[in-house]
Amino acid sequence: MQVPLSWLKDFVTIDRPVAEVDRILTNAGLEVKTIEYIGIPGADLVWDRDLIVLGHILQVEQHPNADKLVLATVDYGADAPEVVVTGAPNLFEFVGQGDISSRGLYSPLALEGAELYDGHKDGRVKMKLKGRPLRGIHNRCMVCSEKELGISDEHEGIILMVKDQWLPDYQAGTPMQDVLGDAVLEIDIIPNIARCASMLGVAREYAALTNQPLRLPDYHVVMDGPPVEGKVVITTDKPELNPRFVGMVIHNVRQIDSPYWMQYRLRLAGQRPINVVVDISNYVMLEMGQPNHTFDYDFLRQRADQYAPDGPIHIHTRLPQPGEMLTTLDEKVHKLPPHAILVTDPLSNLSLGGIMGGLDSEIKPETQNVLLEAAAWNFINIRRTANALGIHSDAAFRFSRGVHPSQALLGAKRAAELMRRLAGGTVAQGIVDYYPNPPQAATVKLAYDYARRLSGLDLSGEAMADLLRRLEFAVTVHEDHLLATVPDHRLDIEGPHDLVEEICRVYGYDNIPNTILSDPLPPQRGNPKLEQEERIKDVLVQAGLQELITFRLTSPMYEAKLLPGSEGDAWPYVALTNPNSAERAVMRHSLLASVLEIAAHNSRYQERIAIFEIGPIFIEDEEEILPTEQTRLSLALTGQRGVPGWQGNNAGQYDFFDLKGILETLFGELHVPVNYEAAQHPSYRPGRTARLLLNGQQIGVMGELHPLVTERLDLHIERDQPVLAADIDLDALIPHIPPYYQYAPISPYPPIEEDLAVVVDVGITAVTVEEIIRRAGGPLLKDVRLFDVYEGEQIGKGKRSLAYHLTFQATDKTLNDKAVAKQRQRIIATLAQRLNARIRE
Amino acid sequence: MLEELETLYTEALAKLEQVENTAVLETWYHDTLGRKGAVYLLTRQVGQMDPAIRPAFGKRLNEVKNDLQAAYDGRLAALKTAELEAAIASSALDVTLPGRPLPTGGLHIVTQTLRDIYRIFGDMGFQVYRSPDVETDAYNFELLNFPPHHPAREMQDSFYTTKPDVILRTHTSAGQIRAMQAYYPEPVRVILPGMCYRNEQITTRSSIQFTQVEGLAVGHNISMADLKGTLTEFARRMFGAGRQTRFRASYFPFTEPSAEMDITCFLCESKGCQVCKYTGWLEILGSGMVHPTVLRNGGYDPGVYTGFAFGMGPERIAMLKYGIDDIRQFWGNDLRFLQQF
Ligand SMILES: [Zn+2]
Repeated sequence: MQVPLSWLKDFVTIDRPVAEVDRILTNAGLEVKTIEYIGIPGADLVWDRDLIVLGHILQVEQHPNADKLVLATVDYGADAPEVVVTGAPNLFEFVGQGDISSRGLYSPLALEGAELYDGHKDGRVKMKLKGRPLRGIHNRCMVCSEKELGISDEHEGIILMVKDQWLPDYQAGTPMQDVLGDAVLEIDIIPNIARCASMLGVAREYAALTNQPLRLPDYHVVMDGPPVEGKVVITTDKPELNPRFVGMVIHNVRQIDSPYWMQYRLRLAGQRPINVVVDISNYVMLEMGQPNHTFDYDFLRQRADQYAPDGPIHIHTRLPQPGEMLTTLDEKVHKLPPHAILVTDPLSNLSLGGIMGGLDSEIKPETQNVLLEAAAWNFINIRRTANALGIHSDAAFRFSRGVHPSQALLGAKRAAELMRRLAGGTVAQGIVDYYPNPPQAATVKLAYDYARRLSGLDLSGEAMADLLRRLEFAVTVHEDHLLATVPDHRLDIEGPHDLVEEICRVYGYDNIPNTILSDPLPPQRGNPKLEQEERIKDVLVQAGLQELITFRLTSPMYEAKLLPGSEGDAWPYVALTNPNSAERAVMRHSLLASVLEIAAHNSRYQERIAIFEIGPIFIEDEEEILPTEQTRLSLALTGQRGVPGWQGNNAGQYDFFDLKGILETLFGELHVPVNYEAAQHPSYRPGRTARLLLNGQQIGVMGELHPLVTERLDLHIERDQPVLAADIDLDALIPHIPPYYQYAPISPYPPIEEDLAVVVDVGITAVTVEEIIRRAGGPLLKDVRLFDVYEGEQIGKGKRSLAYHLTFQATDKTLNDKAVAKQRQRIIATLAQRLNARIRE
Repeated sequence: MLEELETLYTEALAKLEQVENTAVLETWYHDTLGRKGAVYLLTRQVGQMDPAIRPAFGKRLNEVKNDLQAAYDGRLAALKTAELEAAIASSALDVTLPGRPLPTGGLHIVTQTLRDIYRIFGDMGFQVYRSPDVETDAYNFELLNFPPHHPAREMQDSFYTTKPDVILRTHTSAGQIRAMQAYYPEPVRVILPGMCYRNEQITTRSSIQFTQVEGLAVGHNISMADLKGTLTEFARRMFGAGRQTRFRASYFPFTEPSAEMDITCFLCESKGCQVCKYTGWLEILGSGMVHPTVLRNGGYDPGVYTGFAFGMGPERIAMLKYGIDDIRQFWGNDLRFLQQF
């Protein structure tokens, strides 16, 4: 909401600098987002206090040498008035009228040397006013347009203000800074300060925060027209949706332009001036927060002649009938949702209550008699309806945040009186006020002890009461509690906690001390699962992998790319009813798919991709309300092992055994005994796939991705470049990570090292051979390391040689060759017996 | 004989003068002082010598031998020094050439930021509690005092699932009630990190997915002053000891009183810059005293217990700290982005 400071000053004294006003309001929850300065320090163009002043136009004469120029005699507070040459079209009507000083016409006058914007150039170009002859008459001053002062882009005519009872009693020569200079605060209206969605609302808050009196608008209305009694009746079906409806009739309004000051204020507040009747309606809404609506009274009367020729106009609010339509004044046709509350007469609907007027009943240029509506509406219902219809009017903005019914009568009176004064109307006697159940003012009990405990402030009951009174609460102070009666403009106070917030706000959040928690510390249990996940991340980072965090929303189509030959997995998805895009429409089943999506993206730029993520997958559970969320670890490797430097990159490409090495390192660090077993999986290349077994239970799959999968993933990689991937169930792994383990003592005795090359049939796995060696080697065999694998003619077809480096060591003595030879023989014999292996010399 | 010795001596010294590298020096040694060198050959002749001159010759021979050895040692040392110097001189590197690059890994910047948050709040006794991404409307809204159609719901555009009343959580506050239910009747001091989802336009400033860290403390005597003190402590550890905090009144349905915490801008030292929109302040987190309805929904009697809650966005913190201007980078996972952290 745009709030001109000058407007606030109608209701409260503001003598603090603008920055201080900003701080006070912002700290209290009325966040000032931006400040726009006009003419005063802070603005791009600051109006010189001596050179840009208020001028009183005394006389306007034709320029003797030019048809399109006039000479205006202007009093600006100096000893003698100044004659100004100007082409302003809005002065021409005064030519030849002689002394017009009694008409009270004022305009900003810039004197020689003043800095202004150039009215004849596009945009805002500054210039300095210089005296020069204009068609033979020397001119050293200028009456200004809005563009020249930087108020708007308007340069058709000069600013022409008529001094009336509304324009403060400024004298000619008053600096324009004091007349039109302003700061406009853009205030963010959050839901619980809906009461501040008006100038009065903000002023009331400022008055409370600075402990100053608030000056209320003048709600008095002179009603001297014919009585309204018997001419209008108002009823409703739904008092809970429309608790109050106030109607007033104003006769003989003239739809002229509103006075300059009103147009100026409306524009500063972001409203476009239309004509005085519409402007008053908007002005009252902005001023005191009560939206109101004007109907064409004669139009309603003509309709009444059809349904009650001798009776009153009957305004009735109700819900729509099935299929009912309404055309709003912006000429849009709406199909009405069942909860929309309508203002109607017996013939049809007239307007969308609290949101927007209807096209037919709206005032027209020729309208002279007006039925003014100021009503109260249920804010949640207005919100639902406005959202359902996509209408975001100023009225809906306020009503959907809550306007207290007490404001309706005040708003109606204020608008009617302005129409009388500014539009020449006559206000009918009497007010039709349909208000079946006025609510009782709520009184809230606040125990001092609770207030102190919640706020941390050690305030007396009197001090608390004073802070609340500043906000217009009526407070009585008792021994251990106070009773606060909520002022009638507020809907947001429900309980004592709300009062504590008000006390803290007015006291100032900045004035509340900062303390550290002195309450007892809860039992500290940590989060063991998270700690293990973070540990796994650390190991993988040490292994040279980059952690990712990817989108958890995906599409079944994308995930199916990992399962060639099928439409996707069989599990149900958590699916969105309102996805942002088809690509992000379900919660993922596969973390690996997310990781590979990132691999594909990076493959355009990277020679080396080594990435992983730990995160959840989501399996819809038809039995339960919520899906199962499982924690997965997915890894992907592809491309160069090394990073190219100036000495070349000869490290080669990642292959199956790089991934396996990383996993072995991980499980080694975690001290979990994971075994690898050849396996089949549709995502992986047959023959290069392993499943990971922990205590016989499968915890994941690893391998080279199936070429059909890599092809579908849009990876920018070389032909036949392997992409390695693993997908591991951390919920199955983490419980097996031992909290502690035994260390292996370091023997002081020298080891004996030997090599052993074993020739076996090709089908026999490495893990089988190694296991037999370890068993047969007994406790003296400290380490078995495979260092060469060979297949070739030298050892015969269908055979494979596996060469191991064996380390024998005792912890209690130096081993001799004899003891080692014995173990070696046992190993050889067992291999021969179990695997029909022979030793390659 | 003696002349022969003297000649040998003079010539050997002269030759030694000529030696220019250690290899030639070794040949000289072999020929002169070696096992079959010239000096040895003369020594062998001592036996057949006239006994009368034998002692004098022997003495001189020893002198010559020692002198030559000393001369050799000196020459060897000098040559070695020269050769080392030459080797060093010829092996100088251009030390400005780049080093050999290591294939390194790294943690996602959001994980790094989360760990900072865990550590700082961990020191104050806050433990990590996690709750599901897919939530019921009850935990995400109703139990947090958001009635249906309440204006505050509009501030968070939810993703709905095909199951009625099941949504993607719009904030980690959804875990507050779960944490209270898990801890009751103990006091609570937790932080709740997690991924949240809102149906927003994807722009440089907003994403359909973002992480949040919620904090919750419930006990017998927890006040607004404790909230301010705890969060100011956090701000100073996270953003530097010199940071000032400012608490502004705000609105969240699940807290009352509510406050936004700003810190003095660390990019311009509060002089005003584009990032702080020339206010000198950076908005860091939302907070407040737990609403009595929420305490009750979590099982705690609001007449006996009080508490505070807060929530912050790790991406925003990282964006401020590192000048990241596009929130889409976080989930885009471009390695050229991630590896800068
Ligand atoms: Zn800054």
